[in-house]
Amino acid sequence: MRVLAMLLKRIVWVVPTIAGLIAVVFFISRVVPADPVALIAGDTATREQIEILREQLGFNRPLLVQLFDYYVDLLHGDLGRSIFTTRPVSDDLLARLPATIELTLAAMIVAVGVGIPLGVLSALKRNTVLDHVLRIVTVAGLAVASFWLGLLLQLYFSMHLGWLPLQGRISGFPPPSVTGFYAVDALIAGDMARFWDVLKHLALPTLTLTFPALATVVRFTRAGVLETLQKGFVAYQQAMGIPNALVMWKYVLRNSLISTVTQIGLLFGILLAGAVVIESVFQWPGIGFYAFQAILQSDYAAVMGFTVYAGGVFILANMLVDIVHALLDPREAAQ
Amino acid sequence: MKAALTILRKLTGDHSALIGGILVFALIFTAIFAPVLVTYPEALWDINPGNRLQPPTAEHWFGTDRMGADLYSRVVFGARITLMIAIVAVGASLLIGVPIGLVAGWYKHWSGEMLMRVSDVFLAVPQIVLAIAIAQTLGPSIQNVILALSVTYWPWFTRLVYAEVRSLKNETFIEAAIALGVPTWRIVLLHVLPNVTSPIIVRSSIGMGFTILTAASLSFLGLGSPPPTPEWGRMISESRNYLPEAWWYALTPGLAIFLVVMGFNLLGDGLRDILDPRLRRGGVHGNP
Amino acid sequence: METPNLLEVRDLSISFGTEAGEAHVLDGVNFDIRPGEIMGLVGESGCGKTTLARAVLGILPPNARRHRGGSIGFRREDLLTYSGERFDREVRGRRITFIPQDPYSSLNPLFKVGSQVMELMKWKSPRRDDFGTGRGLTAFATRYPRSRRRADREAVLDMLRAVQIPQPESIFSKLPGEFSGGQRQRLMIAMALLPEPDLVIADEPTTALDVTIQAQILKLLRTLARDRGVSIMLTTHDLGAAYEICDRITVMYAGQEVETAPVGDFFEHSSHRYTRRLLESLPNPNRPVKGIGGEVPTLIHPPPGCRFHPRCSHAVGPCARARPEVTVLGRGHEVRCYNPELAGVEDAAAPGLTVQS
Repeated sequence: MRVLAMLLKRIVWVVPTIAGLIAVVFFISRVVPADPVALIAGDTATREQIEILREQLGFNRPLLVQLFDYYVDLLHGDLGRSIFTTRPVSDDLLARLPATIELTLAAMIVAVGVGIPLGVLSALKRNTVLDHVLRIVTVAGLAVASFWLGLLLQLYFSMHLGWLPLQGRISGFPPPSVTGFYAVDALIAGDMARFWDVLKHLALPTLTLTFPALATVVRFTRAGVLETLQKGFVAYQQAMGIPNALVMWKYVLRNSLISTVTQIGLLFGILLAGAVVIESVFQWPGIGFYAFQAILQSDYAAVMGFTVYAGGVFILANMLVDIVHALLDPREAAQ
Repeated sequence: MKAALTILRKLTGDHSALIGGILVFALIFTAIFAPVLVTYPEALWDINPGNRLQPPTAEHWFGTDRMGADLYSRVVFGARITLMIAIVAVGASLLIGVPIGLVAGWYKHWSGEMLMRVSDVFLAVPQIVLAIAIAQTLGPSIQNVILALSVTYWPWFTRLVYAEVRSLKNETFIEAAIALGVPTWRIVLLHVLPNVTSPIIVRSSIGMGFTILTAASLSFLGLGSPPPTPEWGRMISESRNYLPEAWWYALTPGLAIFLVVMGFNLLGDGLRDILDPRLRRGGVHGNP
Repeated sequence: METPNLLEVRDLSISFGTEAGEAHVLDGVNFDIRPGEIMGLVGESGCGKTTLARAVLGILPPNARRHRGGSIGFRREDLLTYSGERFDREVRGRRITFIPQDPYSSLNPLFKVGSQVMELMKWKSPRRDDFGTGRGLTAFATRYPRSRRRADREAVLDMLRAVQIPQPESIFSKLPGEFSGGQRQRLMIAMALLPEPDLVIADEPTTALDVTIQAQILKLLRTLARDRGVSIMLTTHDLGAAYEICDRITVMYAGQEVETAPVGDFFEHSSHRYTRRLLESLPNPNRPVKGIGGEVPTLIHPPPGCRFHPRCSHAVGPCARARPEVTVLGRGHEVRCYNPELAGVEDAAAPGLTVQS
């Protein structure tokens, strides 16, 4: 029952945050040195045409009224229309969202699946060669510009060695769409050739995207484990001769994970921030690449829509993480 | 100050922090003495089609770019831009964020709470997402990049200071000072500020590194200053069309970014270990 | 080697490598515990009692160095010759168990108490007959036979009733945080006794508890140990606690053991100068508080010979040169002093003394 109350509290908090984000984006899009209407109308519009457009778009009304309308529009899922694709922005984003999620999930899986064991090992074998190497690599991982890394990987694995494709999500046609995730869909359709093709396309972008996230996971896990190792129950179990593998990988890991899980919210931030740039490097057809193209086209509605969308997704994802964390830590549920 | 000397001494003892310090110093040195260090001062605007896309040679240490300009000189000039963006953006965030945090933390007024909610929104979303929106709206230029970065980074300082001030307010010595009738501004200046300085310094150093990466990303995406400004991110973006043959074009600017950010990160970690062992965790990176 | 002692530490010297230098934490320590005996190990903070306890358990920190010579005799074998793996398998949690000082941090806060107790039973139950512990990760694959699990569970519940935990079955659904300090220490006592050990090392088990509960816990410990014929090594800086339940008391000072005596002799006829000063420093309504002048020496550059000699008002020549040998003053009463207080001490040669228990 208490768990429910806590969940509700977290869900409720999401709403004002998203509303605030929308307000911020809205004000950004209106606070322009140049006249926003003129920008929308284009270079060739005359002054009268601009004024007419202003009335049509409702830009002559008080800002707060416009904000309110913006909220209303958003509630209807209306993010405006893209100049470039001429379709509603929300449709564009929705169509591209699965690609981004697939990439982000893959990166997350690698970051967590590889990062946590490495972090634990690094802590257990503190100050050995392995530990030092890992620490150097993790520091480097956070200093590397992701787009540069992606480019270098492309240069080596794709152009030089020819092992992996240069860009895109798949060569040829995608598998019949069930989840929108090509890898999963290919498996569902039993199409192994396509599945491998998808994986090969996923490889480089995932590796690039995951690098800073992996570094962060390793660092956090290492710190968490080191801290947990100081705890009394570790000394007690060792004094009582419980097998060390259990002490470390069953008990210490669980306690350290609690703090790592809270950082997964941070991971989302890293991954999402990276997605925009990396999708551009690899021409991965997700919302990040969409934003990139929108930037090039000065497609305001699309960029703003992307901001609201991405921000909203991020906030929701963090809420989910919060919930998972609360469920994982029985002390919070018991209070 | 004696404290500063002690910190300096401890920093040199910590090897990785020392490396960080050296890298940062190298950046500052390069930025200041750029005109002296470059081999081709005209590389900023040079168009030399006959010389384009040359590999590294004795004349052009890093090779030449698509315009035929010397890449080494452009990278060195780029250090100035990078450093300026980082200092101004982080500095502005600090100047905005710290006072807000101080006021909001000290006075229990609804406006303070409102400000914290606003900063929550900024913290809730990855910096680059908002920065893109702002930079896109304002148009591509260095000033707008700096603006976008400052506007999206101040909440980090605010949150930091707010939390510190809030917890300090509960400290007995502050309560004593208030009870003795010490004016608020004195308390804040003499007692609160020194205690928040350490986290601010650490956050600033790490923030520099992160800001440089974000700025490079923005210029990579085309939101920075238009050519021929030698921004490192933009140079990498330009190089894409000429890969794999002109590998040097992509290599050196990226390496520069790497070294500089690494430097700030190492320095920041070292400072954190020295100044505030409480903060010693795995490192709040990624969206710091 | 035949000996009436369950535990026989001889000439144990241990030092820790620290930033400031090598700290000589234990200096040629001799220490005995008899079967079924409750031995108190008493001394100020830093005297080495916890280090001695850890050495017996084999859980010294990595920067500890053991000096040549020295042995820890247990059941006719020298524990110092055991490999870490053998120690884990045969000794720790089985023959020698442990009650930690802080009951609040000794259990993993995220796992139910019951599951942690059963984990202990899985590996250390007296009913277990296959004692190859899973090496490394094979520990995860080791199975817990159903029949033994049932029997173990019964034993656990019985023991919990013996330590007076209300509603013993509840441990399987509760987290450690849901128990009070006193209850948690009782849990630790239960866990120490469940493997049916020969020796329980209790490291200041009541320091973290309220005064009102301390006596309760100590008496419980004594009763249970008596009933099962288990020896206890009780380290403490609280002489009152030692008086409550110990059969014999050993005093340590700065890494050296200085006197061992049956509890009655200890309080009434102690012999070593430090022991006497220690007892005199106890609050007494009849006279003003009396401390011991000077300070505990640094263990990095300890005084040679008897480490108490700089503060001792009865020091003589040899005290500063070499450590005194053991002088037997009576049944179970030994002292290491060149100039001990002998008034009122039973004659060593007198036979037929009743051993106080």
